[in-house]
Amino acid sequence: MTAIAPARPGTTGPDSLFRLLRLARPMRRELLLAVLAGAGGCAAGVALLATSGFLLARASQHPDIVAISVAVVLVRALSVGRGVLRYLERLFSHDVAFRVLADVRVAVYRKLERLAPAGLAAFRSGDVLTRLVSDVDATQDLFIRCLAPPLTAALVGAGVTTAVLLILAPAAGVLAAGLLAAGVLVPLAAAASARRAARRTAPARGELGAAVTDLLNGAAELHAFGAVEAGLNRARAADAELTRLARRSAAASGLGTGLTAAVSGLTLWGVLLLGVAATGAGALGRVPLAVITLTALAAFEVVTALPAAALQLGQARTAADRIAAVADTADPVRRPDRPFPPPERPVRISIRGGSVTYPGQDTPAVRDIDLDLEPGRRVALVGAAGAGKSTLVAVLFRFADLSSGTARLNGRDLAGYDPDDVRAVITGCAADPHIFDATIRDNLRLARPSASDAELAAAADRARLLDWIGSLPLGWDTPVGTHGTALSGGQRQRLALARALLADPAVLVLDEPTAHLDPENRRALAADLLAATAGRSTLLITHDLEGLDQVDEIVVLEQGRVTERGTHRQLIEAGGVYHRLWQAGRCADDRP
Amino acid sequence: MRPLDPRLLRYSAAARGYLAVTVLLGLAATALILLQASLLAHLLAAAAAGTGVDVLASSLAALAIVLAARAAAGYGGEVTALRAAAAVKSQLRRRMTDHVLALGPSWLTGHRSGEVTTLATRGLDGLDPYFARYLPQLVLACVVPFAVLIRVGLADPISGMVIGVTLPLIPLFAILVGLHTRAATQRQWRLLARLGGHFLDVVEGLPTLKLFGRGKPQAEVIGRVTGEYRKATMATLRVAFLSAFVLELAAALATALVAVEVGLRLLAGHMSYSTALLVLLLTPEAYLPLRAVGAQFHASTEGAAAARDVFAILDTPAPGRPAGPALPTVDLATDTIRLTGVSLSYPGRARPTLDHVSLTIRPGDHITLTGPSGAGKSSLLALLLRFAEPTSGRIEVGRADLAHVPRDAWRRQIAWVPQDPHLFAASVAENIALGDAYASREAIAAAARAAGADRFIDELPQGYDTEVGERGLRLSSGQRQQIALARAFLRDAPLLLLDEPAAHLDAGTAARLDAALTALVADRTVIRVSHDLKRALGRIFTLDHGRLRQAAGGSKGSEGSGGSRGKAVLAVTS
Repeated sequence: MTAIAPARPGTTGPDSLFRLLRLARPMRRELLLAVLAGAGGCAAGVALLATSGFLLARASQHPDIVAISVAVVLVRALSVGRGVLRYLERLFSHDVAFRVLADVRVAVYRKLERLAPAGLAAFRSGDVLTRLVSDVDATQDLFIRCLAPPLTAALVGAGVTTAVLLILAPAAGVLAAGLLAAGVLVPLAAAASARRAARRTAPARGELGAAVTDLLNGAAELHAFGAVEAGLNRARAADAELTRLARRSAAASGLGTGLTAAVSGLTLWGVLLLGVAATGAGALGRVPLAVITLTALAAFEVVTALPAAALQLGQARTAADRIAAVADTADPVRRPDRPFPPPERPVRISIRGGSVTYPGQDTPAVRDIDLDLEPGRRVALVGAAGAGKSTLVAVLFRFADLSSGTARLNGRDLAGYDPDDVRAVITGCAADPHIFDATIRDNLRLARPSASDAELAAAADRARLLDWIGSLPLGWDTPVGTHGTALSGGQRQRLALARALLADPAVLVLDEPTAHLDPENRRALAADLLAATAGRSTLLITHDLEGLDQVDEIVVLEQGRVTERGTHRQLIEAGGVYHRLWQAGRCADDRP
Repeated sequence: MRPLDPRLLRYSAAARGYLAVTVLLGLAATALILLQASLLAHLLAAAAAGTGVDVLASSLAALAIVLAARAAAGYGGEVTALRAAAAVKSQLRRRMTDHVLALGPSWLTGHRSGEVTTLATRGLDGLDPYFARYLPQLVLACVVPFAVLIRVGLADPISGMVIGVTLPLIPLFAILVGLHTRAATQRQWRLLARLGGHFLDVVEGLPTLKLFGRGKPQAEVIGRVTGEYRKATMATLRVAFLSAFVLELAAALATALVAVEVGLRLLAGHMSYSTALLVLLLTPEAYLPLRAVGAQFHASTEGAAAARDVFAILDTPAPGRPAGPALPTVDLATDTIRLTGVSLSYPGRARPTLDHVSLTIRPGDHITLTGPSGAGKSSLLALLLRFAEPTSGRIEVGRADLAHVPRDAWRRQIAWVPQDPHLFAASVAENIALGDAYASREAIAAAARAAGADRFIDELPQGYDTEVGERGLRLSSGQRQQIALARAFLRDAPLLLLDEPAAHLDAGTAARLDAALTALVADRTVIRVSHDLKRALGRIFTLDHGRLRQAAGGSKGSEGSGGSRGKAVLAVTS
């Protein structure tokens, strides 16, 4: 399979972030509530200290107790309100985050469902798909850590500055400047310097990862060839380089903390200086002086979370870009606007002059293919890896379109049917079938949710799994583990075969059902599946020639073209490629 | 979980030094907090009394210095912490890789090498927040509340008492709420992880789902499952967030309590304004570090967990070096290897992997081992390579017990071609010359030629200098096997161990490999694991469930083995 176009280079960060946030639009009310609760909690904290300052300053003037009674009540109310509002903020924001997550998951899933598998080729390599899934999971942090804190800080900062403005205008100017610097400039600078540091250390990180991987995966060879010390030295050198860079960039990473403290200190000092000067000049009383000073002291709590938010926002943007790249990928298969009615059984397929060229490739993966699948006939498609066998299967499964030539199903254009309707009659095992992290029963029933227990047992029996399932303590309810790791390779392939048999399609397609098995298991499974498919329309894709004398036609693919076709006997007599492969296979698989 | 694992200090000298610096910085920060409050209280009270800016200039200057010092301490503390974190990570990483290699290849099987790699790289990075945020806060949480309590108590005993009574409530409530919610919270986070896993599983299985018409209906399932999960989680969080709620409420209530109580006494004239301000300014500071340490605790759990995993590895005892008065020297060109009743059991497996195996290997012998997968064939090679030691029974070489022979000296006499050879992220030449850094280019090229690898190497973009492996060119499994064979040729050792060298290869490649092997096995003692008896050499043995049996077919003529050391003779002595 070939790559699809990667993320468009023009895709910019903010754009993809906003696209992601648009999914959260229906939750506007919940978002607002969460931000308001957060702002309320923060404001209560600032007001608590400011009111306390008022209380003390006023009390020091020894007025009547009535003069401070409101402040006394307010202080108590604020202290409780602060805790309650903070609590509510946490609850609201987590609730919203989970709701956003559900929406993003479903939206991304729907797109992936249209893309799979051909459109996902570019995302399949390595752990790209795993990363995409964790990108989706990370969107729940986007709101809690990146979006809510700046909004909260803006609201509270504006409110606090306005309050001080009413008391002493120049002090409000100093406070506003300080809050802006600590809330906007410092986070941006800190995030930028952290990004620079990460970029600087990235190659050293990669080097260390490669060295450690080599050291551990190649440990046996290193020991056997007496090269342990050399391997360790390479890992040590990579470690030393990374440590050196990390130490050097520590200064940049500490910048955020230091600058925030410096800005808040400077602001407090400036407000105090202006206040003391005004008081000395008789322009300001002791009460407002205490209030503005304590406000300036408490106000910086609202910006402390922002450097971390800015950093997180950078990561969220990268994640959003990757999600956007998936969303922008074109669907790999054309869907007819007005599809034919679902095909009726029996099913006849006929491909004439079929070629498939993947986007971005010069040479076709298969070309000029003629293939007929008639009811009750079994056809085997053989050829080396990369000969184009799986491409042909993708056409039949409607995972790929023909670039030229025709494919007809019951006489009508295959591409004119709804792809889901086509797969309802043509299905089976894809190469490398997926085993889900669920029970044996659930993995099997997936193929036909309405199947009765007897039907499940019959399918398992034909794949020769039934006795084994019966011998398990949990039987059908045995969990198979992630990717079926609790099963052996042979059991996994047999489970996939049973699933395909249970689906009972009009045309059964089995793509390399004996791959990754050792010779004994391969022979046993090949014999079983030939027995299980006797008399039903089957396309068997294999590079293993065991037992092919039982099928009705063998088609040999080489470099995308059909080079030979006929029965086993005819091809052996012809003495061509098939004959050579068969002899080589017999030699390699000779039994004791 | 313990806040500070003593093993961290034991295993890392850098961590010890850093902890000392952090404690000093914490003390300095505490002093600055107290100074700042005193100066602020003094300035506000003096200004209230009508003192002008000119008189207060020195106090203002002092405050400026204190504020600057706090910023400098914050910056210095973080930089020191990050530097220390880098040093500690490096120390732990080195200790771990050294130890893991000492534990040997048999310990590193399965998923373990992947897990250890992740641990050594991304896992240890979790220590950054642990050092930079959590540990300093922990020190502050231990020092500041007491310092504040004493300072406030000296200024105003009644307020000191209020703080002294409410302060212990915070850890008490935190523990009570924590105990109540911990199990539920952990269950919930595990569920979250599982749900993430479920989504990944579904996405990876999309082609299969589509094949059976389950692709579109699954979207609703995902939405429903995530929604149900949200409801369940929110129910838990409502309780879990109580612990933070209690902390904040207690801190805010204490501030309010002190403010009102001080205000009333101030009103009555029992207290000076500046003392009242000092008490008010200091009270929240007593609670702040306790709240902060709780918040940082969560950010640092990942790092602490990674450190624990590292310690678990470091605490695993590694096999020692053989000790004895005189270490015997052996020469496999002349010495016979005798296995007598050798069994090998891996912990956690019911059956022994090898069960009373007895075998005599004379110099020049050619032996083929067959048997179903998992029968113990590779384990027998692992014993000979000394990746594992027999659980019972003896392996003798000449007159010496193999356990007394130094491993390195022993392995120097063995060339091994593993089933799935690992190519290192280095050049082709370096890969062939593994373990022999001084091999000449001519010798390397000759070995490659002998292994039949020269043809494809010459076609590589930079020939023998082409980078291969993890981050270089990917070679096919046949080409990797040929590189491994070239390694064996260059090694030129008397004992050759071949582990299914032709498995998973297409017919053409297998034939090329066979030709190279024929040259390699000449004049050497060879043990070959193989499924394919067409290619068998010498005597054939079958391993089944760990038991060794000579195959019924007996022996095959070992063409190409008619070297100077004579015809292969092999005896089973069980």
